[in-house]
Amino acid sequence: MSVLVYTESEEGKFKKAALEVASYAREVAAKEGGSVTAVTFNAEDTSELGQYGVDKVLNIKSEKLSKFNAEAYAYALKQAAEKEGSKVVVLSQSANSKYLAPLLAVQLNAGYAPNVVALPESTDPFTVKRSVFTNKAFNLLQINTEVKIVGVSQNAFGLKENKAEATVEEFSPSLSEEDFSVNVESVDKATDKVTIADAEIIVSGGRGLKGPENWGMIEEMAEILGAATACSKPVSDMGWRPHSEHVGQTGKPVASNLYIAIGISGAIQHLAGVNAAKTKVVINNDPEAPFFKAADYGVVGDAFEVVPRLNEKLKEFKAKNA
Amino acid sequence: MKILVCISHVPDTTSKINFTDGDSKFDTAGVQFVINPNDEFGLTRAMWFKEKQGATVDVVNVGGAETEPTLRKALAIGADSAIRVDATPTDGFFVAKQLAKVAKEGNYDLIIAGRESIDYNGGMVPGMMAAFMDANFVNTCIGLEVEGDTATAIREIDGGKETLTAKLPLVIGGQKGLVQEKDLKIPNMRGIMQARKKPLNVVEAEDASAQTETKKFEKPDPKGEVKLVDPDNLDELIDLLHNEAKAI
Repeated sequence: MSVLVYTESEEGKFKKAALEVASYAREVAAKEGGSVTAVTFNAEDTSELGQYGVDKVLNIKSEKLSKFNAEAYAYALKQAAEKEGSKVVVLSQSANSKYLAPLLAVQLNAGYAPNVVALPESTDPFTVKRSVFTNKAFNLLQINTEVKIVGVSQNAFGLKENKAEATVEEFSPSLSEEDFSVNVESVDKATDKVTIADAEIIVSGGRGLKGPENWGMIEEMAEILGAATACSKPVSDMGWRPHSEHVGQTGKPVASNLYIAIGISGAIQHLAGVNAAKTKVVINNDPEAPFFKAADYGVVGDAFEVVPRLNEKLKEFKAKNA
Repeated sequence: MKILVCISHVPDTTSKINFTDGDSKFDTAGVQFVINPNDEFGLTRAMWFKEKQGATVDVVNVGGAETEPTLRKALAIGADSAIRVDATPTDGFFVAKQLAKVAKEGNYDLIIAGRESIDYNGGMVPGMMAAFMDANFVNTCIGLEVEGDTATAIREIDGGKETLTAKLPLVIGGQKGLVQEKDLKIPNMRGIMQARKKPLNVVEAEDASAQTETKKFEKPDPKGEVKLVDPDNLDELIDLLHNEAKAI
C-alpha cells in the first residue's frame, strides 16, 4: 500500500508546496505502515523528493502535458493511484490542485477533504481536521470512502526532512483527445514576482495609504523581504491594485509565515482571510483599528513615517544577516 | 443559451461563528443568510448573458424551505425561475450529485457556481458536478464570454491568469472578477414584486449518500494580546520578528 502524492513543479522545479505535501504523505504512510509514491509531470531532477520522504517517483514525461490541464492531469493521477493501489492521495491547495481535486475525487470515487491543517487524527475511521468558515473555525471530518483525498493547506504542516532514496520510474498514462477538451490558449504569469500562494512573507496595504501612487514603499518592503504584495478589498475595488492581490474572505486566503498589514483597519472579512498567517504585524495610526486585536505585533503610527524608516532598518538587518 | 446558476445559502460574511449541540452544528441563531458571494458574481454575469445574448437564467439550490428567501432574492435580481432540491446539504459530493441531476435533466448549456461557499469552503461542488455530467469545467473563473457553442474563460492561477476555451456544456467555478464588485446587481422594488410571481419549483432529492461527515467543530484558540512597539523604536520590532517569531 502506498500513499500517493501529487508533487507540483514549475519549469521542472518543485514548488515548496510539493515538498510540504511530500512531508505530509510520509507521516501518513508511517501511520499506516506504507510507502510514499510521488507523481510528477515533466520534472527534471526528482532527487529532492527523496529528502522529504518519497520512496518512489512516477515521472510523467509528455509534451502534451507541458501545460497544466486539470482533466488530463486528474486522469493521469487516477491511473497512478490505481497502479499503486493507493488508498490515500495527498495534494496541495494551489490553484491547480484545487482545480483538479474534485475531478480526481469523482474518478476515484473518493471522499475529498480540502483545507486540511493537520495529520489525520485517526486512520480508521479516517478523520482529519480542516479549516472552515474562512479560518474562523475547524471541522473534524470523517471520510467514509475506501479511497481518500487529502488537500493540505499551504504552510499548515511545514517541511520535514526524511531522507530516503527515491527510485524513479517513467510512467505513461493513457490519455485521449477527450481529456484535453478544455484548451489552454495562453498563460499570463509574472515569473519574476513572488505569488501570494507561495510567499513566506506578505506585505499588504489598505485604504490608509490614500492612493495607488503611495505603493512604492510597500513594494520596496516586499523587495527587501522577498515578499509578495497584497491589498485589502476596498483597495482592489477602487482599482488601486489588481484583483489578484485582494486577500480576504472573497479574495485570496493567506497562509504565509508573516503578514504585514499597513493602513488596513481589519474588517472581519479581511481578518478571516489572513487568520492562517502565522505571525501578523499591523501598522496603523488608529489604535482602535480592529486589526490590533488580531495581530501579534503592532505599531501605532503614521504609515508614511513608519514604513520608510522600517524599510531602512530592514535593509540594515538584511545586510547584516545575509 | 440556457444558464443554471447554483446558489448556496450562507451566513453573511460578518456573522459570528458559533456551534451548538455539543459543537456538532452551526448555530444559526441571529445569523443573516445571503447568496454566497462567489455565486453572486456568477449570477450577475448570467444576467449580462440574459440581457445581451437572450439567455434564460434559472437558479438552483439544495436546502430546506428556510433557504427560499435566498432563492427569491436571486429571482428579484432577475433570474427567470428557481429550483430547490429539498434536502439537507450533507456534503459536497451529495450536493454536486443533486445539482448535476437538475443540470442534466434541464439540458443547461452553461452552469455557473461559485468557486467555493464561504461557509464550508469545500470548493468541490462545481468540479464534481462537471465530472458527473461529463461536462467541461473551468475553476476560479474571472472572465467569461460565450459565442455559439464555445466559451472563452479566464482562470485565475497562482501569480497570474490563463485563457481557456471549451465547448458547452460547461461548468464554471466563479468568483470576483466575473463581474466587478460595483456592478453586482441589487434587487430593486420592481424585481422584488416580480419575484413573488416567478416559479419556485421544489423537487425531491435523488438518493445519494454522503462520502464524508462532520464529527465536530472547533474554534481556534483565543489569541494573545498584541505586543505594541513604539514607532520610534523599530529595532525592537525587527528583533521580535527575528528572535521571537522567527519570521524574518
